[in-house]
Amino acid sequence: MALTTIEIPKRKREIIDNAVIRFCGDSGDGMQITGSQFTNTVALYGNDLATFPDFPAEIRAPAGTLPGVSGFQVHFSSSDVYTPGDSVDVLIAMNPAALKMNLADLKTNGILIVNVDDFKENDLRKAQIVTNPLEDHSLDGYRLFAVELTKMTRAALKDLGLDAKSMDRCKNFFALGMCYWLYNRSMEPTHGWLEEKFKNKQQLVQANKLAMKAGYSYCEATEAFQISYEIPPAKLTPGVYRNISGNAALALGFVAASQKAGIPLFLGSYPITPASDILHELSMYKDFGVITFQAEDEIAAITSAIGAAYAGALGITSTSGPGMALKTEALGLAVAVELPLVICDIQRGGPSTGLPTKTEQADLLQALFGRNSEAPIPVVAPSSPGDCFWIALEASRIAIKHMVPVIILSDGYLANGAEPWKVPTIDELPEIPVHFETNPEGFLPYRRDPVTLSRPWAVPGTPGLEHRIGGIEKQDVTGNIDYEPLNHEHMVRLRAAKVESVANDIPPVVPEGDQSGDLLIIAWGSTHGPITAALNAQREKGRSIGHVHLRHLNPLPRDLGDVIKRFKKVLVPEMNMGQLLMILRAKFLVDAQGYNKIQGKPFKTSEIENKIEQMLGLAPFTSPEDDFDEQAGE
Amino acid sequence: MTTATLPVYTKKDFQTDQEIRWCPGCGDYAILSAVQMVFADLGIPREKFVIISGIGCSSRFPYYINTFGFHTIHGRAPAVATGLKIVRPDLEVWVATGDGDSLSIGGNHTIHMLRRNVGLKVLLFNNKIYGLTKGQYSPTSEVGKKTKSTPFGTTDRPFNPISLAIGSEATFVARSVDVFQTHLKDTLKKAAAHKGSAYVEILQNCNIFNDGAWETVTEKEARSENIVQLEHGKPLIYGKNRDKGIRLNGLDLEVVQLGNGVTEKDLLVHDEKHPRAAYAFLLAHMEHRPGFPTPIGVFRSWDNVPRYEDLINDQIREVQAKRGKGDLAKLLRSGDTWELKA
Repeated sequence: MALTTIEIPKRKREIIDNAVIRFCGDSGDGMQITGSQFTNTVALYGNDLATFPDFPAEIRAPAGTLPGVSGFQVHFSSSDVYTPGDSVDVLIAMNPAALKMNLADLKTNGILIVNVDDFKENDLRKAQIVTNPLEDHSLDGYRLFAVELTKMTRAALKDLGLDAKSMDRCKNFFALGMCYWLYNRSMEPTHGWLEEKFKNKQQLVQANKLAMKAGYSYCEATEAFQISYEIPPAKLTPGVYRNISGNAALALGFVAASQKAGIPLFLGSYPITPASDILHELSMYKDFGVITFQAEDEIAAITSAIGAAYAGALGITSTSGPGMALKTEALGLAVAVELPLVICDIQRGGPSTGLPTKTEQADLLQALFGRNSEAPIPVVAPSSPGDCFWIALEASRIAIKHMVPVIILSDGYLANGAEPWKVPTIDELPEIPVHFETNPEGFLPYRRDPVTLSRPWAVPGTPGLEHRIGGIEKQDVTGNIDYEPLNHEHMVRLRAAKVESVANDIPPVVPEGDQSGDLLIIAWGSTHGPITAALNAQREKGRSIGHVHLRHLNPLPRDLGDVIKRFKKVLVPEMNMGQLLMILRAKFLVDAQGYNKIQGKPFKTSEIENKIEQMLGLAPFTSPEDDFDEQAGE
Repeated sequence: MTTATLPVYTKKDFQTDQEIRWCPGCGDYAILSAVQMVFADLGIPREKFVIISGIGCSSRFPYYINTFGFHTIHGRAPAVATGLKIVRPDLEVWVATGDGDSLSIGGNHTIHMLRRNVGLKVLLFNNKIYGLTKGQYSPTSEVGKKTKSTPFGTTDRPFNPISLAIGSEATFVARSVDVFQTHLKDTLKKAAAHKGSAYVEILQNCNIFNDGAWETVTEKEARSENIVQLEHGKPLIYGKNRDKGIRLNGLDLEVVQLGNGVTEKDLLVHDEKHPRAAYAFLLAHMEHRPGFPTPIGVFRSWDNVPRYEDLINDQIREVQAKRGKGDLAKLLRSGDTWELKA
């Protein structure tokens, strides 16, 4: 018998700098897992990357409908990555609803992979699509691959004895396999993950491996794919890296803070999107003595943490905007009794329930002022998922040093987004000295350290230190109840001065980019990525721009005013109506301009660049609102 | 042989130099005095006591007792105390609260503290009125009560705090009265000895805004006819001449007159360890029931339910025994890592 050799077509392999892939489908299609697996694989390969998971608030909206669409975007590169990418090179759409919701972000001539098996009349109807886009030439501007994902997955798994439903659950791994071929990536890391994940379900391990292999082989065999891509590893600073999300980094940061301080960590929390992962993560670290308390409500979450701080623990509470609103009275108590506490507000769109799974930065004024009377609290904000680790340490350090509650303002984008994070060594972590008062000689509960203005941390159980504290106004030094007018003013000013003294430890402001010039961008939080990318692009064009990204929002760095004076104009991009802008204008009497996007989505680099050009008189004026009008007019 | 030396205290050791700001004649004074005496008698080092309170007249309690004390915010004392107790299970943590603080604004924390069985002793000062805000009705005020906020009478059905505590699966539930010093101290000592949550309702007179609210219970002439003392293992018998009793009748209780063939043997014998909630509810609901006396004493005392703070700390110890104590450097490098060489 003669052997016939089928010649595998020699495909072109192109080396490129970066790519943006978005997986999207029904929330039951496993898009978050698919995206995370792809991310993990490219991270292990050594690419720099940023991710943007975008999922609905509903756990399972009716299958195939527009509200049920879940997406995961990853931007990976051989050079520095600051954002998940403005637009995508490859879009994998598992159904018509996903296609409809995401097509606008696909680049012209981008790769579009759709599951043609889910484009039947009924599927189109569920997505409120009248004519089949696969047939009406509306997709002509893209490299369309209409793949029989469901059918081919079933064919690959036919011998495993799984029912149709279980087989169909593997089709996301068929798509993942295709992407691995497309970007010349090994399937090994995902194999390892499957074996660990389904340790006791060998059939599922096999099924997913087979589906992934089938997707990979399909690309290899079909002539449709004429080109595959290679993105070499990035030149990151040498060291050990891991991929980390903002919430996981916060949790690790708190464990590190507790270890450095040598005191137990207590988290009081009530589940709320997008903060719950902090609770999930910390509940795993019992070997570090971490205590997690899922409280009956947001108020008990913070007040139990206050009780834990009173007992000498590092008290933490994690929440999002609606939970912050409920915690405000307790925040005032922590201010009054001067106990260390860290409050994590993982911001989301509001008001009220708002957009639980979408990002926003609109809790800044709430964090700064959202309490009755004069109740100043230091506020810090991380600028990237990895920075969440360091901000947890910084917040804990301030809280303990000054005996104050400290608010961390993260957001949904940082919380769920991930990036490669250079793992620090223990020596690189800051010291967090703790002093518990033990000497009864001359002890007074509100006697202050002259530099930090903090009162002693005198925990119950210490002989001879019996004393009373409370939310009621008290006399300085003794802590006795005191309603005297002058004492009250003294205490109000003292609490403010104590928070202001936190600025003693804030390093001098050094703008990224130019140190003086035409335009200064001042921003905070998760906008760091797109602003940095825009800053680099604009400076390459010879424009004179500096960028200050504030980690300390209260108190502000002492030299910020001087830095502002070195620039002609000031731009403040924020995912809110201009809250930091309001503070800067009030504090520095500067005619700063806001750039505000309130769409539950991060800024695109192009949006910031466009705004920079407008400020420099190089482009006509538009705003994100105009984009919104265009979309609404569709 | 060595003997452990227990500290010897007197009531004075638990008094503070603070000016007491309760109205003269307030029932709170009697409660304060009883607590100071009980603390002195417990033989526990003074620094081990912590009193946590919320807001209200009763919540000024910590300022007047020379231990650690924390006057928190309205209704939240159980939550603050829970955090404290989890971190420091060795401390004796007492919560001072009132009917508004514990049953209205802090109702949620109260029931969750009780179901978890956190080792806290709760003193519920029940005067059936809001005193510190000057005279509005409370969640324990009787229907129709005319107060500042209800000039035509309340339309709210009141809570029965004992019933609420039992419904929350509390492991120790008792009632005493501000002016019954001996009974009160005795009850507090039992609460102190209980390992889990101990909820003690103290009927307390607000002589300014709700004077005489507990008159039927406290009035010398009437009290023996209107109170039945719950004593473990003893029949429910009461009356000036100890001639009345409580008898079980099907799924209900009835008041019976002793004599004419009815003897003590027919009466219900109190069992504070009774495993069924229905039993404790029957006792709790005697209050305000026409013709029935108000029970005081320990309604329930379950001693086989583990304390919340012990469960949490045991779990940590178990994980540490299994995995070893956490190594931070290892933790930071956990998950999928890769190394970039210079």
